[in-house]
Amino acid sequence: MKVRVHVSLKPGVLDPQGRAIQHSLEGLGFAGVHDVRAGRLFELDVDETVSDAALDDMCRKLLANMVIENYRIEKVAA
Amino acid sequence: MGGFRSAVITFPGSNCDRDMADALEKVSGTAPFRVWHGDAELPDNLDFIALPGGFSYGDYLRCGAIASRSPVMQAVIEAANRGVPVLGVCNGFQVLTESGLLPGALLRNSGIRFVCREVALKVENTQSLFTGGYEAGAVIRIPVAHHDGNYFADDAVLDRLEGEGRVAFRYAEDVNGSARQIAGVLNAAGNVLGMMPHPERAIEAAHGGSDGRALFESAVKGLARA
Repeated sequence: MKVRVHVSLKPGVLDPQGRAIQHSLEGLGFAGVHDVRAGRLFELDVDETVSDAALDDMCRKLLANMVIENYRIEKVAA
Repeated sequence: MGGFRSAVITFPGSNCDRDMADALEKVSGTAPFRVWHGDAELPDNLDFIALPGGFSYGDYLRCGAIASRSPVMQAVIEAANRGVPVLGVCNGFQVLTESGLLPGALLRNSGIRFVCREVALKVENTQSLFTGGYEAGAVIRIPVAHHDGNYFADDAVLDRLEGEGRVAFRYAEDVNGSARQIAGVLNAAGNVLGMMPHPERAIEAAHGGSDGRALFESAVKGLARA
């Protein structure tokens, strides 16, 4: 089973990297980009027997830092 | 002076472990135990544990994230919860926040760039085990060298830290965008200190300054008294 975990910074947490990317886009001449927030995508290949609760636990214990990040689990059709 | 039982934990990618061990030996007179990340146990009856700076596990995932889940950290967390003093410097501070021993998180510096220079720090709490050797209101000079030292916690946590005297050090100027210019924080019990600046790099005149020495002296003397 393919699982995608999207990890993003919580609203209100400063994202210096996102800001630098936004400035760089401006520098390339792309107008109208108000904000960029950088995140992270994990693609997991897991056994069918891995439960939703276990996936949730993986996110909370390692993949995301719950102090600063949110996560979203997406199961991908094979 | 012998008998001060300290340990320096080395993770793959730690690079300030020798400086930390050297500082502890010079101040306490006893060489620390050197403990590897894969060790499941710490030496018995430790007086002090130090988590050094560096780039543990190449900063993969998040700075300090993988190290904080390594076997030895379970033992460090248990020791910290029993009251053993734990000092985390730079990457060691990141490991402490990732492990949950200290609140908050360390984000990328607000200026994006790696900052490597000496900075002025205000010693905000001179009552703790680690800072008792500094005079109230002291401003000291300690080097920093980090890319991810931008301390973040929500306002409720920051208010609690300030209210409980758990901000040990504050930058005298904006260095990395840290919330309320916080450079080092204590846990609720006062036996765990995390800080981005490197006191072990300011131990003797040859380092260009010795303002970090009092931190180690405070801990060694405080523990000898206890």
